[in-house]
Amino acid sequence: MKKTTPSTRSHRSKKTWELRLYVAGQTPRSITAFANLKKICDEHLAGEYHIEIIDLLKKPQLASGDQILAIPTLVRKLPEPIRKIIGDLSDTERVLVGLNLREQ
Amino acid sequence: MDEITGGGLPKGRPTLIAGGAGCGKTLFAMEFLVNGAIQYDEPGVFIAFEENAEELAQNVASLGFDLKKLIKQKKLIIDHVRVERTEIEETGEYDLEGLFIRMGHAIDTIGARRVVLDTIEVLFAALPNHAILRAELQRLFRWLKDRGVSAVITAERGAETMTRFGLEEYIADCVILLDHRVTEQISTRRMRIVKYRGTLHGTSEFPFLIGEKGISVLPITSLALEHEVSRERISSGIRDLDDMLDGKGYYRGSSILISGTAGTGKTSLAAAFVDAACQRGERCLYFAFEESTSQIFRNMGSIGIDLSPHVKKGLLQFHAARPTIYGLEKHLVTMYDLINEYKPSVVVLDPITDFTVVGTKSEVKSAITRIIDFLRTNQITALFTSFTLEDSSPDQFIVGFSSLIDAFIGLRNLESNGGRHRGLFVLKARGMAHSSQIRSLILSDDGIKIGAMDLAGDRARTVEA
Repeated sequence: MKKTTPSTRSHRSKKTWELRLYVAGQTPRSITAFANLKKICDEHLAGEYHIEIIDLLKKPQLASGDQILAIPTLVRKLPEPIRKIIGDLSDTERVLVGLNLREQ
Repeated sequence: MDEITGGGLPKGRPTLIAGGAGCGKTLFAMEFLVNGAIQYDEPGVFIAFEENAEELAQNVASLGFDLKKLIKQKKLIIDHVRVERTEIEETGEYDLEGLFIRMGHAIDTIGARRVVLDTIEVLFAALPNHAILRAELQRLFRWLKDRGVSAVITAERGAETMTRFGLEEYIADCVILLDHRVTEQISTRRMRIVKYRGTLHGTSEFPFLIGEKGISVLPITSLALEHEVSRERISSGIRDLDDMLDGKGYYRGSSILISGTAGTGKTSLAAAFVDAACQRGERCLYFAFEESTSQIFRNMGSIGIDLSPHVKKGLLQFHAARPTIYGLEKHLVTMYDLINEYKPSVVVLDPITDFTVVGTKSEVKSAITRIIDFLRTNQITALFTSFTLEDSSPDQFIVGFSSLIDAFIGLRNLESNGGRHRGLFVLKARGMAHSSQIRSLILSDDGIKIGAMDLAGDRARTVEA
């Protein structure tokens, strides 16, 4: 795994990462997704991130705001632009690409 | 539409509507919801994958659908589901529970009984994993069934399969195909019910139209001979002609055809009939395909028939339009709409033969058959005029639907004694002992008279009308 270059790292460190994970109940898949996300964030964005978990079973009205179709969906609210990653986030490489932490 | 499906779309089950671009899928789906909300008090949810609520509202506003009002009344929810391929990254397993939740939430909010998904195939472009998508769609249709909502799902028509992604495999209950075709420069939209479990549906193609009031389907073949017939007689407007018809005139609600060569007085007979009906206080609707309203007024004025007071009183309405301005189907729908709105007891089509310029022979015949059938079921007395060529038999045009005509009056130019006059004869008049003589029709400034044939040519002073 490549390390991100220090310059981009410091550039990004001024920002907080706001991430939202949409789930529908405590399914094994959503638990896996959260665990994967936590691991990736701790590794790459230690101390610079905030994860909000939205359970659509409890708050179905929130699904339309971020145009959620698939579950689980990870939404990167900040930094902009908004990015979405669907699935259980088991493919770390693709998550990093999706979050723009890795060049494609 | 309900007629050809044998009672409408399946309640509590999904229906697939497939068709190419611009064939009216979205409109069809929207009409399903709007009618449900207004006529049956069944609220509906529109899941739009292609257009947003604003665009949809604008597109259907021209058809008189006020979506905003329905949304305000909580009878309609439009949920625009926007999926952007470029924003989405796939990693591992997922499902479409989010879509289910959104739909479920929308359905629960207004207690929806109807759901539309337009066009679900957008998902195929947005989500690369088609295996998951197919499994999820299958689950979706089952879920819709379980919730007991009547659903309409639109899909793009595919090259070889009915839909591009083979959705028809999942929706097994009812499949309707829409098609847009151009024959002889006139475009016609057609629909065909491919499959409808548990009903006797029409299998032929039905032309349909997107008119000012939404979609109209005009079934060609559902002619049930079950209409009531009236025994009441109404005057033809000409006493002498009434005499020829058993002394009492036409039957109410019957179909009358006046056929004749050029300048034999077809319009005059029609005008006399309308005049008499208006004087009885009945409402008349006059479709003129050859002359303008003022032309008819002037010409009829010259034979002592003044129609303008009837128009002022609201008893007579003219609708003058060249047949070529729209296709045959559009003409039919315009007529249906006007008739439904105005509720006349007499309708005149002058002349029906003009339709041959906008359709092939068989199309015109089927169209006329439909008009006659429609008018008859509504107990409207219909008078048609038909133009025939000098040397052809007067009934040549109506071969094929002559059985639908109750009274058939022929007009001819006859030459004798060095003069030319108009001959009138009753070819057929169902249910009455009609005259079998050829009489002479005289149009003069004090009205229309019918005399014996031995009348000298010079006494039959004619006024062109």
